[in-house]
Amino acid sequence: MIPEFGNFALTLAGVLALGGAGMGLLAPRDEVLQRSAMSMVFGQWAFSFLAFAALVYAFAVDDFSVAYVANQSNTLLPWYYKVSAAWGGHEGSFLLWILIMGSWMLAFCLRSSQYPQHFTTRTLGILSLLNLGFICFALFTSNPFIRLLPLTPADGADLNPLLQDFGLIVHPPLLYAGYVGLSIPFALAVAALMEGRVDATWARWCRTWTNMAWAFLTCGITLGSWWAYYELGWGGWWFWDPVENASFMPWLAATALVHSLSVMENRGTFKSWTLLLAITAFSFSLLGAFIVRSGVLTSVHSFAVDPERGMYILIFLALVVGGSLSLYAARAGQGAVKVGYSMLSREFFMLINNVVMVVSLAVVLWGTLAPIGYEALSGGRISIGTPFFNAFFVPLGMALLVALAFLPVLNWKRTRAETLGSVYQAFAISAVLGVLLWFVLDPASVVVASAVALSAWVVITHGQQLAVRWRRGRLPAAYFGMTLAHLGFAMGTLGIAITSTQSTESDVRMTPSSTVELAGQRVTFTGVKGVLGPNYRAQQGVFILTEPDGSNAYELRPEKRQYLAGGNVMTEAGIAAGFFADTYISLGEPLDGGAWAVRLHHKPLVRWVWLGALLMALGGIVAVFDKRYARRRRKALVDDTLLTPSS
Amino acid sequence: MSRASFYIPLAVFALIMGLGYIGFDLGARNELPSALINKPFPEFNARLLDDAEQTVTRDDLLGKPAMVNVWATWCPTCLSEHGELMRIAATTDVVIVGVNYKDRPDAAKQWLAQYGNPYDWVLDDRDGLLGIEMGVYGAPETFLLNAQGEVVYKRVGDINPRIWRDELEPRFRLLGVSMSGDSAVSTAP
Repeated sequence: MIPEFGNFALTLAGVLALGGAGMGLLAPRDEVLQRSAMSMVFGQWAFSFLAFAALVYAFAVDDFSVAYVANQSNTLLPWYYKVSAAWGGHEGSFLLWILIMGSWMLAFCLRSSQYPQHFTTRTLGILSLLNLGFICFALFTSNPFIRLLPLTPADGADLNPLLQDFGLIVHPPLLYAGYVGLSIPFALAVAALMEGRVDATWARWCRTWTNMAWAFLTCGITLGSWWAYYELGWGGWWFWDPVENASFMPWLAATALVHSLSVMENRGTFKSWTLLLAITAFSFSLLGAFIVRSGVLTSVHSFAVDPERGMYILIFLALVVGGSLSLYAARAGQGAVKVGYSMLSREFFMLINNVVMVVSLAVVLWGTLAPIGYEALSGGRISIGTPFFNAFFVPLGMALLVALAFLPVLNWKRTRAETLGSVYQAFAISAVLGVLLWFVLDPASVVVASAVALSAWVVITHGQQLAVRWRRGRLPAAYFGMTLAHLGFAMGTLGIAITSTQSTESDVRMTPSSTVELAGQRVTFTGVKGVLGPNYRAQQGVFILTEPDGSNAYELRPEKRQYLAGGNVMTEAGIAAGFFADTYISLGEPLDGGAWAVRLHHKPLVRWVWLGALLMALGGIVAVFDKRYARRRRKALVDDTLLTPSS
Repeated sequence: MSRASFYIPLAVFALIMGLGYIGFDLGARNELPSALINKPFPEFNARLLDDAEQTVTRDDLLGKPAMVNVWATWCPTCLSEHGELMRIAATTDVVIVGVNYKDRPDAAKQWLAQYGNPYDWVLDDRDGLLGIEMGVYGAPETFLLNAQGEVVYKRVGDINPRIWRDELEPRFRLLGVSMSGDSAVSTAP
């Protein structure tokens, strides 16, 4: 019965979404309807939660009469993977998406006292309409509660072993929180277009939500990258896979949005552009969902192909994005303000950021869609890989670092060129550093040396300003957050530059008790033994790593696991994680004479890629706690006229 | 900025959607216009998985409509369609022939022992040669053969209750195969 309750709860959530959308959009100024729209949002969250709880319950009790459970779970699965298996496949992960959508709407409701009531209601109406679309998609094309009757399997098919991992437990919720969170800036932008009011106050409202969603998205992508690194056994951390690109595109748009909102809040300009970015960022979230769930592009991530789903998402995408862009075309540009600024101003440098982000977005979009276009035109297949993306991202990243180095000392509107002395000093120091590095690097590379020098430059100028402001006692959370995020970017870039060029990798044949050299360490293979996990058998290689003189010995135990249900074989790399370098060993195939094929990696600074990204996310969150975004009661705004409408 | 420039994003979006639609159309061509459609199934001579002494040829497939299903233990989608194949085997008279494609025979036997065997025969195609003859480019793929051994339909991708209901069952009925039970998948209320 529980799955039926879940289905019923989801249906009720859909009905409430319909109600909320109708009331929010048709009569945003009627007080009774305003309140009921609000309570319908509470209802949508509560019933999505019940539906999700019902699904988790079906997993917890091994209810294999539910088709989705039978496909994703198995009695041998440890309990925590049974729970996380609930979002391991298409249907359940979409239910999670809906629950997260409900949670964002609820959060918006809880903070809504600081916005004008009719504006809140309209925004909730738009969000409810989106949620209605999601719920219908789940109910009609991807229902996780469908039963397998009367032929109920005795045991389930097991969760894909790749997904039996801590990374998978947290990666989708974080990523979806980012994707779905972008619906709030989107709804705020559409509501603003409908009301014809777009001003600095609107930007202030929007920034909190954008930063939060952006931080979640950043964490989600980072976690996905980390998971790919240790779980896929190839030692890579980014593959330009279409699904990775699908999450990277909304991130790029959201990053641009975070910056243009800052200009709009402080200077009242970039209005139409900001609205467009808010619409774009969420549109790319939806496009990402379309790419992953429709089978348009093949990838390790994609869910089973189902044309019905693809068609639904395509139509939904056309309505949501086409509708909002039409509204944008009709309404944007009203009340545009001409604000002058010089080249040496924060505005102009924010513009550089926006241009870089949009060009990057275009590159990734092209790299993702071009294979489709090519197939459509010629019938053949091409694949666009790392060299294509590197050709664009290396110079774009460099340009961004140069712009970033100047940013801390820049003022709004204009900056006197004489005040830039400290920036040039910092440049001199980092240039010397780069030149020195050029002699150390192996292989020596001008690109890498300059990337490191530029990153150092960014770190120095940001550090200087941070110290100056700290001493003056004028360090608002927003500025501190910005600094953290920019330092994170420099750290990540540094990590990427070093790890992708300075890593060593060797595939060797090792017999038991043989020793090889890896980046100054001695690696001794002592042999392979059998171990038994909760739902797998594994062959575990034991490697002892020491310094050349025999000190600092430690063990790494990579495994080759065979999962009992399904018989899938997975490799589990042995990784010695370090702040400055990782040592990574994965077990290949057994060879004759007790020897094994072994893959050894030494990856300097690989952690910096993810630590940098996490620092960026942290910066985004810290900035939200700035005083000016603190909750303001509506009584402070007595009536709307205090907020100057722009039109 | 002129008013018209605000329409640029809409135009770009329309362009991307157009491309997306084409891509989707390509992706959705699961009923690929196989070179074999309405042509005889290729001649073959394959060993049975569970009895390497015994071989099966194209002639053995004649006389009754049959469903040829290409599968492997390394293919997750094959596992997800397995339940539906079991159901078809249990509730209809359709002859199901499995082609165990580029697989390890011991793994395949273990799989069938574990999840049940919906197949009347399982052909051992560990080197994928039969697959090449059939124009297989991935697993799972399913071919529908009439009693004369001609391919009347091909699906690339999984067999699920919807595909059975909309694509396979009507064709089998047309070919005169009897169904002892109708689709027994129930949806929650």
